[in-house]
Amino acid sequence: MRSASGGGAVHARVVRSMAKKITQKTKTPMPCVDPAVRSRAFVEVASGYTEEMAVAEANRCILCKNRPCIAGCPVEIDIPKFIQKVAEGDFEGAFQTLTEKNVLPAICGRVCPQEDQCEKLCTLGVKFEPVAIGRLERFVADRAAAFGSQSDSGTSPQPTGHKVAVVGSGPAGLTVAADLAKMGHSVTIFEALHEAGGVLMYGIPEFRLPKEIVQREIHGLERIGVELKVNHVIGRTFTVDDLFEELGYEAVFIGTGAGLPHFPKIPGVNLIGVYSANEYLTRSNLMKAYKFPETDTPIVHGRRVAVIGGGNTAMDAVRTALRLGAEHAYLVYRRTEHEMPARLEEIEHAKEEGVEISFLAAPVGILGDDRKRVCAMRCIRMELGEPDASGRRSPVPQPGSEFEIDVDVVVFAVGQGANPLIRSTTPDLHVNKWGNICADAATGATEKKGVFAGGDIVTGGATVISAMGAGRRAARAIDVYLRNPLPDGV
Amino acid sequence: MHRILSREALAPDVVRFWVDAPPIARKRRPGQFVIVRLGEGGERIPLTIADADPKRGAIALVVQGVGKTTRDLNAMEPGDAIQDVAGPLGLPTKIEPGQRVCCVGGGIGTAVVLPIARAVREAGGHVVSILGARTRDLIILEDDVRAVSHTCVVTTDDGSYGQKGLVTDALREAIAKAPEPFHEVVAIGPLPMMRAVCELTRPLGLRTIVSLNPVMVDGTGMCGGCRVTVGGEQKFVCVDGPEFDGHQVDFGELMARLTAYKEQEAVACARHPVAGPFTPAW
Ligand SMILES: Cc1cc2nc3c(=O)[nH]c(=O)nc-3n(C[C@H](O)[C@H](O)[C@H](O)COP(=O)(O)OP(=O)(O)OC[C@H]3O[C@@H](n4cnc5c(N)ncnc54)[C@H](O)[C@@H]3O)c2cc1C
Ligand SMILES: Cc1cc2nc3c(=O)[nH]c(=O)nc-3n(C[C@H](O)[C@H](O)[C@H](O)COP(=O)(O)OP(=O)(O)OC[C@H]3O[C@@H](n4cnc5c(N)ncnc54)[C@H](O)[C@@H]3O)c2cc1C
Ligand code: FES
Repeated sequence: MRSASGGGAVHARVVRSMAKKITQKTKTPMPCVDPAVRSRAFVEVASGYTEEMAVAEANRCILCKNRPCIAGCPVEIDIPKFIQKVAEGDFEGAFQTLTEKNVLPAICGRVCPQEDQCEKLCTLGVKFEPVAIGRLERFVADRAAAFGSQSDSGTSPQPTGHKVAVVGSGPAGLTVAADLAKMGHSVTIFEALHEAGGVLMYGIPEFRLPKEIVQREIHGLERIGVELKVNHVIGRTFTVDDLFEELGYEAVFIGTGAGLPHFPKIPGVNLIGVYSANEYLTRSNLMKAYKFPETDTPIVHGRRVAVIGGGNTAMDAVRTALRLGAEHAYLVYRRTEHEMPARLEEIEHAKEEGVEISFLAAPVGILGDDRKRVCAMRCIRMELGEPDASGRRSPVPQPGSEFEIDVDVVVFAVGQGANPLIRSTTPDLHVNKWGNICADAATGATEKKGVFAGGDIVTGGATVISAMGAGRRAARAIDVYLRNPLPDGV
Repeated sequence: MHRILSREALAPDVVRFWVDAPPIARKRRPGQFVIVRLGEGGERIPLTIADADPKRGAIALVVQGVGKTTRDLNAMEPGDAIQDVAGPLGLPTKIEPGQRVCCVGGGIGTAVVLPIARAVREAGGHVVSILGARTRDLIILEDDVRAVSHTCVVTTDDGSYGQKGLVTDALREAIAKAPEPFHEVVAIGPLPMMRAVCELTRPLGLRTIVSLNPVMVDGTGMCGGCRVTVGGEQKFVCVDGPEFDGHQVDFGELMARLTAYKEQEAVACARHPVAGPFTPAW
């Protein structure tokens, strides 16, 4: 591998001179574990580019003048620059370019919806497939980790003496903490669960985002001096006001994510074997129920599992069901494939693995046996009608089209509301009618003095990168605030 | 890490621990609970905070060994450490000053009733307590409950101690004998007991508070595993409870949901070195 890389770099420069004219029309394929093997195991599905593949893919970039990809990146990574460094074989340089803007590149390279962001705007994508920016990002981050590289921006700054509390350790909280620590502030993260990482740990499964990678990023934070307090439920162990008054923090960032899972108002949702995706995935990912009885947390192993929804959460749940041994894993979605919010790659992978997708259908009731365990689900067919507020065509139930499927586990991945713990214990924090915290989009500042917020708790369920973007903006605003706090009452 | 400061057996399979947890000890109020995970690979289980000593920074847990995790915990000794303790979770009991309250504790439920009875007393209320168990050995915390009650009645199913019969028999008498009507009943114990108390008080229009014990995971409202139906509405016990108006609770549904992992629990238990008879939990 290594000996090939030097040659690869030289070769890359040669190829590059011709690259502007002729180009490989499709993305360099991502090597993946065979669907038949991986659908029964929690190994990571995509194994990542080799150096040769990465260089070849980087050389597809035509180095266009207007660089539209950067505008598509919520944290404004200098994408052409890092890709050019990959093409030159300067992987270390590429890593430094990435980490100037993105503290979690190994994660984003795996989970960002690139097809809606950077890759959507890629000039090459007008005629051919866009450059596989996400795969290159992942390659650079993984390679750096394998070689033990540290980002330059991790060097110790002058301590400012200011103390900041960060509530929640999802991507928003991790980003804000990293940025503030690099500015020299002393940062403590308070996390309710026993492990940090938020959805990255409890939601997104091992086969898509190995937990080792998340842990690596969290250790990185601890190395730059961020203090991590798990098992601290803010609103309970301490209120937001306690953080200021009792513990002496000067600013608080709230990044508690989307909370309460929704269940539809249909009969049977409390039968045994009905889960929210949050519970199903938490049992499997965080509590490692797939290793039971080696671990202590059980999960109902369905033979025929139906997952309701069309987002990433639904895809993760249905693919987890297969890995837990389901003979049939159904995905029931009320619109068509075209409207599915999940990442394209996940939909493709799910199909390869044998997930059976039922489009234009929704459950109307769940049926149980005499032990109150799920035995079937009644669904109704949908047709697409007029576009709704979100611009997507809304599904209309077709009378008389009801049908039943035999299932023993049903998992709902149909969105979530805001968790009440902080709002109910912080009366002067403004929330909207859905309970999401009202915060300035540019700074994360809330109505409450010294309190900033960002990520899913502000926007409702969104993406890893948008939560990171919010964390980054809030870090800048908190830094300004700490250096010149507003007088009381402003 | 949370050190176990002391351990005291209260009854067969029931142990009271004092555990180091300073912020929780300061913050907790009656009715709240913690989520405990003993170590790597362990399950997260909810346990009521039976008492707290803010000065020492310690909380008391009273644990009945019913399955893998509770038995592993009960086998721990002072000096051992529990890896994770998160809390205080749930809403505190609503205590109003000067109320006449009948506190009914069944089995391990007595540990949950005790802090509530104490709080009612401290708020200038009048406390009548009724403690029940199958047999004498299983009555716990009687002295502690007596110390905070104006009247305390003990019942055993087999008559081996106190009054022979069920807590509902004693409750019926207490209601009849009370010089002034109770403002409310607080009943905490096995689900069939709580349901029976509610059936007794419903026709009397006597407000009855119960504390529910569904299976939990996070304890923060994130998973929905603890959902119950109260008054026809879905509630998450960890954030909306654990105490609810017993007359509105769908007990049948909760009882069924508690059997969700029966087979797996038996497997986990069989792997446990001191596995004993499989007794139904509180
Ligand atoms: C299953 C699943 C798959 C997903 N897949 C993708 C994907 O492929 N790509 C993508 O871009 N996005 C994906 N998302 C969405 C993405 O994960 C979220 O948008 C993102 O994690 C939000 O980040 P956050 O920092 O706002 O909150 P979260 O990641 O939700 O983290 C919040 C943290 O705060 C903690 N917390 C909550 N309340 C308290 C409290 N009171 N005190 C202390 N701590 C508290 C929580 O325990 C949690 O650890 C997925 C989401 C799910 C659920
Ligand atoms: C808010 C709340 C407060 C609680 N407080 C206490 C307490 O102070 N002391 C105490 O000993 N227990 C308490 N419990 C119950 C305790 O959490 C369970 O007994 C424990 O989770 C069982 O775990 P296990 O691994 O030992 O047993 P498992 O192997 O999981 O279960 C063994 C048996 O216990 C039953 N069981 C499982 N979970 C529960 C549950 N949540 N409630 C009742 N039965 C259950 C199972 O159906 C099975 O029969 C409380 C529960 C809740 C929700
Ligand atoms: S325990 Fe998960 S929501 Fe209550």
